[in-house]
Amino acid sequence: MAPVLVRHSLLGLASLGLALLGLALLGLIASPTMAENLAITNAHIYSMGIPGEIASGTIVVSDGRITAVGPSVRVPGGARIIDAHGGIVTPGLVATNTPLSTVEIAEGVEETNDNATASSTLSAAFDVQYAVNPNSVLIPIARLGGVTNAVVTPTISSRRDRKNMIFAGQTAVIHLGQGPDLLEKTHAGMVLVMGEEGARLAGGSRAAEFVLLTGLLDDVRSYSHGRANYDLGRSRSYGLSRQDLEALIPVVEGREPLMVSVHRAADIRQVLRLARDQKLRLILEGAEEGWTMASEIAAAHVPVLLNGFADLPQSFDMIGSTLENAARLNAAGVLIGIENPPIYEGGRTPRIDAGRAVAHGLPFEAALAAITINPARIWGVADRIGSIEPGKDADLVIWSGDPLEPLSAPTGVLIKGAEQPLRSRDLDLRDRYMHATDLPPAYR
Amino acid sequence: MTRLISVVATFVAAGCVVSCASAIPSKPRIEEAKPASGAAKNEPAKPLPSGLDPASNPDPFPSTYRALPSGPTAIINARILTPGAPEIARGVLVMNGGRIVAVGKDVGPPAGASIIDAHGRVITPGIIDPHSHLGVYPSPAVEAMSDGNELTDPNTAQVWAEHSVWPQDPGFARALAGGVTTLEILPGSGNLFGGRGVVLKNVSATTAQAMKFPGAPYDLKMACGENPKRVYGAKGRSPTTNMGNVAGYRAAWIAARDYQRKWDDYRAKIAKGEKADVPLRSLQMDTLSGVLRGEIRIQNHCYRADEMAQMIDISHEFGFHIAAFHHASESYKIADLLRREGICSVTWAEWWGFKMESYDGIEENVAILQRAGACATLSSDDADLVQHLNVEAALAMAAGNRAGLNITRPEALAWITLNPAKALGIDGQTGSLEVAKMADVVIWSADPFSVYAIPDQVFIDGALVWDAHDPGHQPKSDFMLGQPIVGGQR
Repeated sequence: MAPVLVRHSLLGLASLGLALLGLALLGLIASPTMAENLAITNAHIYSMGIPGEIASGTIVVSDGRITAVGPSVRVPGGARIIDAHGGIVTPGLVATNTPLSTVEIAEGVEETNDNATASSTLSAAFDVQYAVNPNSVLIPIARLGGVTNAVVTPTISSRRDRKNMIFAGQTAVIHLGQGPDLLEKTHAGMVLVMGEEGARLAGGSRAAEFVLLTGLLDDVRSYSHGRANYDLGRSRSYGLSRQDLEALIPVVEGREPLMVSVHRAADIRQVLRLARDQKLRLILEGAEEGWTMASEIAAAHVPVLLNGFADLPQSFDMIGSTLENAARLNAAGVLIGIENPPIYEGGRTPRIDAGRAVAHGLPFEAALAAITINPARIWGVADRIGSIEPGKDADLVIWSGDPLEPLSAPTGVLIKGAEQPLRSRDLDLRDRYMHATDLPPAYR
Repeated sequence: MTRLISVVATFVAAGCVVSCASAIPSKPRIEEAKPASGAAKNEPAKPLPSGLDPASNPDPFPSTYRALPSGPTAIINARILTPGAPEIARGVLVMNGGRIVAVGKDVGPPAGASIIDAHGRVITPGIIDPHSHLGVYPSPAVEAMSDGNELTDPNTAQVWAEHSVWPQDPGFARALAGGVTTLEILPGSGNLFGGRGVVLKNVSATTAQAMKFPGAPYDLKMACGENPKRVYGAKGRSPTTNMGNVAGYRAAWIAARDYQRKWDDYRAKIAKGEKADVPLRSLQMDTLSGVLRGEIRIQNHCYRADEMAQMIDISHEFGFHIAAFHHASESYKIADLLRREGICSVTWAEWWGFKMESYDGIEENVAILQRAGACATLSSDDADLVQHLNVEAALAMAAGNRAGLNITRPEALAWITLNPAKALGIDGQTGSLEVAKMADVVIWSADPFSVYAIPDQVFIDGALVWDAHDPGHQPKSDFMLGQPIVGGQR
């Protein structure tokens, strides 16, 4: 019975594909304006790069890239002109530490959750890139919040019961333009969980996790230098699978950053020491008590990704949580990014959290940087993403007002130079129910 | 359309008259248990031992709240933003004896009043969060104090959230710093009947009783949908389906009506001097019959439009009123029905899609309800979001206005002040800046619809309870005392 079903469903998929192709050829599937030559004029530009803030300027885009930006650049002939009418234009926002595109409905529909594995044999090698779904209905909603790129980040499965699996896996940077291929960068970073959660995974003590981690990193180096022996069965036994060991080689070699979720000051200090001793490229995540040791973090040149809401002692790891964490770390010279909570937990956009940090002492431009160029730098994609500079992807947002204010909204979103439709499933629902007709809503 | 509404309204009213009738004689008082004066032929009925008569002490955990000390105070040069009135660009608000005694453009501060110069800053009523679990799911979120949901039976109408409130939850002070002056603390939503909620003044206190909003009605938390099914389905018992949920509600209301009948019969017999068996008091049935008497308000966790409509039919069948649907992600689909029924929606702007039943939530929910004339409120359900409800209101207003709904600032402010007060039945006392109301007032550093605004000062019953610039007016819980690292301090 099962094979028949499979065959039928394959046939179904094939015919659906043909039908979609036909619709596309007929132009019936909404598609964004294709990348073209265009210029945004009369723009109040926050470039977040060398051009700085331009009170009134022009951005020229060609073949999806920014070719010029400045107060008086020439608009090439034939370019389509988008008049910003003095509105603010920023780089597209970067949603960092999000499950976007790998989780559709978090609770009760686990089959749509692909950002964590409970596998007993897979940890560091877990790679979210294969689960990215360009057809997630959440992507257009994030775009309406001005988000053009996301750092898709795995987490530890609450169902994971094998001890010592302390790595959540690897992040991927995606763009939120039209599919099918959203991947900007894979293996952008490795995720490790410390603090109370890490202690649980390591057998009930954070002390155990540090010992375990040191041993695992030794295993990776040993494996890396003796693959031939491993293949011949002559190496000692390792604490991780071959795939996990392979995935960690770029981390121990300092080529791929290790993002560590960690909260209390004592743990942050231990992680900084471990990263220095092991010559790892570290990203601190959470770091609610980071402000108490801001100068140490700055001196170690370690960036921090912050939760823009955290100000409660939600655990004994976060007694010192404060909304001033961002301002204090920034003032000490730490490179900060402000995270984006999952979209289904209020995280349609990181811009409001950035604004909240401003209310608690962070300068405006530092807050804007924390959701644009800084996460791009932290995840190694600043050569293409995060600022308005020649040569970069034309990921641009035109705003109705101050981009960090709740009363503002994007009036235009470009991704790789393509103007995106400002529509989403929730606007479709809104319009269906706002305008009554004689027929039931299903006919609207 | 108008004709249809009036027909439905008549039907609803008739339904209530019929099924509420049996509840009306059961407004028992302890005196009724005494023998009537003419009934000399029988032994005088002895009063029931303490605690056995549900009517003998309807308020066994009375509020001991006392407002903090305050003197007559006038806030001058304030931009005054309050529900139901045009904004006043520069006005005065006077507080005395815990109440608002004057508010307006041409009010002069009384002699002897302390003067606070708002320098053009905005004042609003204190924010009211009609859906909070502060105290019952406190910070730190440790198992030892996660006391918000008695997940042992689908019907735990006998439990009271106030008995789980930990007054030292540091979240209360954080909410106060966000301008929240009143909170509805609810049990969780894993049961069909989760228990009683309690309305608290957001004041620092050593006991829950000292936070209880004096005279506020009690609430009963009910829950539709996925949570009860998931909790009890996992235990292999009913309910495991939505139809199981509905059967569970109806069975409980039948039992409550029967309980009322037993007590009514008992009291009638005693009044006639006849012998009667004393019904066994049930705390669960006390709460449900309190709802049927109209004394306890239903706060109903319910996401989907179709489920809300079913709950409304159940309320008609048994003769009670639902004060509010909570979360109510799909209220916008049945806005007219909710307006006709006089049911508030306690929802969010930004939270949706975290489970199947919230998949159709939209940012414009409250704005659409507002324009349909239905009662719309926002809430937090969260120890973080409660600190930023002004921003949630701003996001909801902006979404509504992008949809062309022309939401005014006083309307949007009402979503977090007056309308939640209505949902809780305390709108006569708080929720707007009106003379004779409680002086629950926030002075904002900037426009409260800006993310950059923070409450500079917060007053509850006329007393300064929070000052962002004066550590002497920033309550700190016992839990935070003596911690080497405290976030608010460098």
